[in-house]
Amino acid sequence: MDRKDGILRKADEFLRIFRQGEEFTRNLLSENERLRFRIAELEESRLQDLNESKIRHYEEHVRMLEDELKRLRERLSLLEAENKDLAKRFALAAVENNNLANLYVASYQLHSTLDYDEVVKIVVEIIINLIGADRFAVMLLDEKLEELVPIATEGSGTGARREDGIIAAVIREGESYFSDVPLRKASDDPESPLVCIPLKIKGHVIGVIAIYSFLAQKSRFSDIDYELFNLLAGHAATAVLSSKLYSRSENDYGTLRNFLELLKEKTR
Amino acid sequence: MPTILVVEDSPTMRQLISFAMRRIPGSRVIEATDGVDALKKLSSEKIDIILADINMPVMDGLKLVSLVRGNSAFKDIPIIIITTEGAEEDRKKAMSMGADAYLPKPIQTQELIRLVTEQLGKR
Repeated sequence: MDRKDGILRKADEFLRIFRQGEEFTRNLLSENERLRFRIAELEESRLQDLNESKIRHYEEHVRMLEDELKRLRERLSLLEAENKDLAKRFALAAVENNNLANLYVASYQLHSTLDYDEVVKIVVEIIINLIGADRFAVMLLDEKLEELVPIATEGSGTGARREDGIIAAVIREGESYFSDVPLRKASDDPESPLVCIPLKIKGHVIGVIAIYSFLAQKSRFSDIDYELFNLLAGHAATAVLSSKLYSRSENDYGTLRNFLELLKEKTR
Repeated sequence: MPTILVVEDSPTMRQLISFAMRRIPGSRVIEATDGVDALKKLSSEKIDIILADINMPVMDGLKLVSLVRGNSAFKDIPIIIITTEGAEEDRKKAMSMGADAYLPKPIQTQELIRLVTEQLGKR
């Protein structure tokens, strides 16, 4: 009986210990579960913090990039404006360059010879090819006769009198005349050219270029036309007069030389 | 390096056109005073493009165009006519004879450079 009681006590003791053990194990498992959950929570929180930090970093970076983009766009639009301005300036420089080339060639040709006929031919070439005149006359003033003597004509339109009309005014005032009439219209009146340019040397008018009609394709004057008119007014006058004087001096020199030869022969 | 033949009897225009053509990078300019002179230059030089006036002594520009187009050695060379004849029928006549472009005088050199560059680009 005692033995049985002892066994039962031990069994109860064992059961009690076992239940305590079970309770302890359950508590351990529960604590373990709680800790794992806490770890997961902490991990998640850490990741979240990390993500938020990254997001903040990326947002900052995006802002920086957006600012940079804005700056670049502004710079680009500035450069585009600058580029447009440069292109415009380049085009203007090209036009200016071409105009200067025209003036250089015209001036070079005018002073390339002292042969009077050649000079007159060059003046005519410039008026036709560079200005685009169709009918015109180049006239020199004969001081003794007080009239204009044509030295080159293309088409009709010469014989203007010095005393009256547009040509007379151009000679008197030494200023170029440009008619308001559209260039496509021609003038048949010798006294009323569309354009009249005085040929001047140091302000002294020695003749005129009178243009009565232009080539069909010439609809308006460009800047270079006015420059060419100015060039003709001065350079053509100098070239024509100097070649004329040179031809005359050549003739005089020839006559004088012949005369001296004759004198030499007579004195022998 | 394009070789440009400028056929023009007027020394002023010849110089002006040559001056403009020398602004095309790498270009070489050869000048002729009329059609016959141009044919001589065509025989002795390798020409890439011809710029010719119409009204010239000895042989005019249109005759030159027809002779160039009739010659198997030169027929593909582009020809630009530069002339005072600005009427539409003159342009049509030159184009029908084989000219590639027609530019009435007085010329704008930028326009001429553009035309020449365009024609050289087509080759």
